[in-house]
Amino acid sequence: MALHGGQFTRMRIPVETFHLDNGLFVTLSEDHIAPIVAVNLWYHVGSANEKTGRTGFAHLFEHMLFQGSAHVGVNEHFELIQRAGGTLNGSTWLERTNYFETVPSNELALALWLEADRMGELLPAMTQEKLDNQRDVVKNERRWAVDNQPYGTMLEKMQELVFPPSHPFQHSLIGSMEDLSAASLDDIGQFLTTYYTPDNAVLSIAGDFDSDEARKLVTEYFGPIPKGKGKPPLPPMNLPPVFGRSLREVVYDNVSLPRLFMAFRSPIFGSDEYYAASVASAVLGTRKGSRLHRSLVRERQIAADAGAFTFDLAKMTDLLVADVTARPEISVAQLEDEVDREIELVYREGVAESEVKRAIALIETDLVVSLQSAGERADRLSMFATYFNRPELINEQADRYRSVTAGRVNDFISERLGEDNRASLLYVPKEGVETESVLAAAAGTG
Amino acid sequence: MVVTLRPQPGQARSYQFPDFRDEKLPSGIRLVTAPVVKLPLATVLVIIDAGSTSDAAGKEGVAALAAGTLLEGSTRFDGAELAEKFEQLGTSVESGADWDSTFIKITTVSDKLEEATKLLGEAISNPTFPEREVERLKGERLAEILQLETEPRGLADEKFAEFLYAPDSRYSKPDEGTSESVSALSRKDLNEFYRARYRAGSTTVIVAGDISTDSSRELIRRAFQNWPSGAARTQSLVAIARTSGRSVHVVNKPEAPQSELRVGHVGLPRNHPEFFQTLLMNAVLGGLFGSRINLNLREAHGYTYGASSFYDWRRGPGPFVVSTAVQSEVTAAALREIFLEIDRIRSERISEEELSLARDYLDRVFPIRYETTAAIASALATLVIYDLPADYYGSYRRNIRAVTADAVLRAAKAHLHPDELQTVMVGDAQVIADSVADLSLGELHIHGS
Repeated sequence: MALHGGQFTRMRIPVETFHLDNGLFVTLSEDHIAPIVAVNLWYHVGSANEKTGRTGFAHLFEHMLFQGSAHVGVNEHFELIQRAGGTLNGSTWLERTNYFETVPSNELALALWLEADRMGELLPAMTQEKLDNQRDVVKNERRWAVDNQPYGTMLEKMQELVFPPSHPFQHSLIGSMEDLSAASLDDIGQFLTTYYTPDNAVLSIAGDFDSDEARKLVTEYFGPIPKGKGKPPLPPMNLPPVFGRSLREVVYDNVSLPRLFMAFRSPIFGSDEYYAASVASAVLGTRKGSRLHRSLVRERQIAADAGAFTFDLAKMTDLLVADVTARPEISVAQLEDEVDREIELVYREGVAESEVKRAIALIETDLVVSLQSAGERADRLSMFATYFNRPELINEQADRYRSVTAGRVNDFISERLGEDNRASLLYVPKEGVETESVLAAAAGTG
Repeated sequence: MVVTLRPQPGQARSYQFPDFRDEKLPSGIRLVTAPVVKLPLATVLVIIDAGSTSDAAGKEGVAALAAGTLLEGSTRFDGAELAEKFEQLGTSVESGADWDSTFIKITTVSDKLEEATKLLGEAISNPTFPEREVERLKGERLAEILQLETEPRGLADEKFAEFLYAPDSRYSKPDEGTSESVSALSRKDLNEFYRARYRAGSTTVIVAGDISTDSSRELIRRAFQNWPSGAARTQSLVAIARTSGRSVHVVNKPEAPQSELRVGHVGLPRNHPEFFQTLLMNAVLGGLFGSRINLNLREAHGYTYGASSFYDWRRGPGPFVVSTAVQSEVTAAALREIFLEIDRIRSERISEEELSLARDYLDRVFPIRYETTAAIASALATLVIYDLPADYYGSYRRNIRAVTADAVLRAAKAHLHPDELQTVMVGDAQVIADSVADLSLGELHIHGS
């Protein structure tokens, strides 16, 4: 037994792994703290794998996985898990799609069986009617989350701005209305046989279960599913470490306040340099003591809000984004100047040891906080297994962050925060804006 | 061979909500402690009987602004220094006010808990509400209000409250205040609010996580030794509806691709004796993914990404509301379905199938709700704020299981009021107004050009 007295020993999450003959990678993390267990599946497919003319398909496909399979009726997956007292969902990202449920531990078999049925036998349950219905649902998701939401187009505008045409990360994740309309049952079949195969998936189980029992169930339910025939390789995704020049796009939108997203091409998720970038991001924009908040929100009162984050992309390149919303009395040009000034200051002078310590302390607490939840533990195991074949990296994160020094953060800053690596996506209120001053600003920095 | 037979559940393992101790410290502060040793982590949650319902008329937003400015300067440190000190310990303070209480919360790793708690106690016992920071946070609140004009979801929620409650009800205005009320607030208002309401007799400190009750008691006693004694008066609350009949409001957003819909009426206070029946009734109506309203609007019709209903449980009667966003063209059709579902659940008994889905879910999901120290602390705060019995969590699952289909029908008849439904839409009046008017859901008002 991995645990004593309902406690994780020295904060280490137990990790066991095995493979089925069909290539399914399984990670197990057994504990007996509470009678609950999380099941989590990562399929190594996301919007990056979509073909031309089918933007949004990976996400639409995710919806179809809740529409039943050979032995499960429409919406029954949701019903069975909720009836069991479980929580569940799925999500789609540029390079992966995940499905997860947390259930009372005596319902582990049900959760595994449901996931196996939709991995192995989805097609018999697919109908045109279900596809049409979910297409309408997804179009309404787009209207709700993207079109009718201030700054809701940020992700797709940013992808367009920072990735070259035909790069797999360049197109919209939620997809265009036109492409969603074009998706067919044939597409469903093709996508399923290409990507939803055991050898393109990781299954993680975390929480209260017996390891031998779980192995038996996984083998019984997932074992008969045939291995895939391999997926087509993604087109080349390597990019130079910097954009090579300043990029800029202005979006006139139905928003109340100007908001600037400034992106920097940054080191791939999981690399040593990534940890320095991630700490730099926290120095810049995590909580009230961060650079951007302290300077722009508190001291200079330019911004109503300021933050920073990384995309955590694990293929060739990542992005660090600073995000600053202007106060009502601040002009668009002022917002841009002030953010530029702040970034330029960091770029020229670097950051101090104490700022790095603050950032690492906050990141460490967040790490421990997240490990409290079985669902989070399972999701992270799946992530590290999918991207690096090493689920045990879950236990190395705190050390990786602790080893980041101010010197390494400043190396990252001098390599990546220069003028040749800044992409500004600027939202400007459509109404009541003096268009001329914006155009003047565009001419100045474009 | 693929396994075609659905597996049956094994033997369920028992679960108990974490043991906790509830005591009064000599200072008058109530202390609730729940030792949980899973990870080296603890949450300290301070709740004060000083929610937004204690805002005086014309001072709406004072509770929220006082809580927001509480950590922006103390007699020893300014706001930037406080932020820096907490964050060097790997934590940051969340503070704010909701309708029923003011809260101040930190979550920290165990070996920083003592230092962080001492700093917290000292800072909030000696706040200075610096003029500059007060004005800055007022400005940030005004920016938020401005943002709402282009944010249909938040705007719909706010307009719904405004059209639902009588103008002299605190619930008719945003908990963080309006632009008029916030603009008028001063440092003096915050100071007075703080002196009047932040008192030991109105304060509960909850500690959940990797620390014993004895250590918590000692820690809180020392950290809060300068906390003022006494208790604040409780304020009476007006929470009556603005009108007795139905009415319909369209907040016009030309060219909006969707209509944000809110349909509801004044609901029930949290302490209502039929809480469990009503909770289950709502789960069947619109509380779950598999509820009638979501399956109808999303899965049968594809009108929306999601639709739900809920009772917003507060000390006073908060709203009952159905909330969704639908494609503009189907606004009237979606409204018709919502009204039909409300009528249907009042007119016939729900099926055993529906009852067992809601009952099984609410019963069995119980252990999954308390995985984190923050969730445990927040559950304990619910006990304190709504004055629930000490065995509330011990008997919760039993109470859920005791609800019958007949009780659900009685709750629907007693606590859903089709004749009082207020309908609020944020959407394109040109596209939706005529077809909505044809439904005759009440007098139609169009707001905005």
